[in-house]
Amino acid sequence: METAEDIAGDTFLKASEHWAIHGVPENPAAWLYTVAKNKAKDYIKHLSVVETRVRSQTETERIRYEEAFEYHEQSIADSQLAMIFAVCNPANASKSQICLALQILCGFSVEEIANAFLTKVETIKKRLQRARSNLRNDHFQVGLLSEAAIVFRLPTVLKTLYLVFNEGYFSKTGDQLVRKELCSEAIRLGLVLTENPLTNTPQVNALMALMCYQSSRLEARTGAGNETIRFDDQDRGQWDKALIQRGHHYLINATTGNEISAYHLEAGIAYWHTVISDANKWPHILQLYNQLILIEYSPMVALNRTFAFANVYGQEEAISEAEKLQLTGNNHYHALLGYLYSGTDTAKALAHYEQAIRLTRSKPEKQVLSDLKMHCAAQQR
Amino acid sequence: MKEFALIFRLKDLADFQPSPEQMQERMNWLAGIAAQNKLVDKGNTLLPIAGSAKTVKADDVVTDGPYTEIKEFISGYIVVRAETIDEAVTMAKENPIFMVGGNIEVREVLKRD
Repeated sequence: METAEDIAGDTFLKASEHWAIHGVPENPAAWLYTVAKNKAKDYIKHLSVVETRVRSQTETERIRYEEAFEYHEQSIADSQLAMIFAVCNPANASKSQICLALQILCGFSVEEIANAFLTKVETIKKRLQRARSNLRNDHFQVGLLSEAAIVFRLPTVLKTLYLVFNEGYFSKTGDQLVRKELCSEAIRLGLVLTENPLTNTPQVNALMALMCYQSSRLEARTGAGNETIRFDDQDRGQWDKALIQRGHHYLINATTGNEISAYHLEAGIAYWHTVISDANKWPHILQLYNQLILIEYSPMVALNRTFAFANVYGQEEAISEAEKLQLTGNNHYHALLGYLYSGTDTAKALAHYEQAIRLTRSKPEKQVLSDLKMHCAAQQR
Repeated sequence: MKEFALIFRLKDLADFQPSPEQMQERMNWLAGIAAQNKLVDKGNTLLPIAGSAKTVKADDVVTDGPYTEIKEFISGYIVVRAETIDEAVTMAKENPIFMVGGNIEVREVLKRD
């Protein structure tokens, strides 16, 4: 497993170097697999040179390896997912499973995982170490899972896809605000889940609806110079109507059964964001956020809920609601307060925007915040 | 952090069925507590209506409905997390129940192990 990880790591490294210069290839997954396959071959070749003198059976093993690594569209889809299912082993706590899957299979850095979990880098490092040794002790292997095991592991697999998509959609590290390849990878894997009757559950469909609705704005969200375009300023003609239609399709599939998961609620919110004007839009969004925060607390949901609250009851009314959250170390908290104060108390608004900029690491996000701050300052004069 | 139960009482059965607006206000209040990560248990509604409420007393005496002697009935409860009882009281004060003449009892939870 360590060797496989090294190879995967090398592959992603090569990808980041190569893609930065030559651009992202047409089929990134196939590209990665080809590179990984070659690296694996090199590795095995190297091994065999060392070991032919000792063991003659290496040759047969090499052939076996090559066959297993052969590139094939269909087998990629399934093997990638099979790996995620294998790593989502209940020998580890679900958080650790997700961390491992993000690192090994999705090429996330420790920092990106820490961002996804809103946790410290050190915590994630420890979590990953423990998870690895647990897997080793559990005699990790990618084999056939029983139906029961697949059903049991599905929620953590879904959460992994959800986090991959989010990191793509709201990339917090590096210089890019959106990493489309992560979004499409998450959708592709979700699609595989919907194609299997065993995993074609309402939750999977709800997640697919959510990802389709969000993706419909991917093109409209970044401008020609790779700058971010805020929701209100987006060219609605650029929204991908086909993806919105796909979203409707999955949302309808998601409503079979009585279950309302967090993915259902988030898909509902995302649906309302595809609706341009409707008097009830924000009250509906607020209600969905109210339900979402009752299922599970998260600072991001708390902040987004307050933004929806402001759109229903007004910016001033929302200030006290926002200040109760006391998320003083969170850049989005200060960005929200900057926005809420912008109509009434410019000095406070500017101070909050400044705090937000200081707490933000991503360059494009800093730029968005600086623009907002300048806009706010300009309005005062 | 301590935990406190907020117990809701109403005087009039007619107030038990909230209007959509009242429902929205209640939800806003509850979600506002959850958004501060201070909601321990979103609790439950306790039905006060015939067939759903009985009071059992000594000597095999069973009466319909909740305690009517005190002229108000418990309509539900939630559990919140707070440093002090005053903080829990502050949360309770913002509940829209007072607009319909209800009240809230705040009680610290002593956990049984």
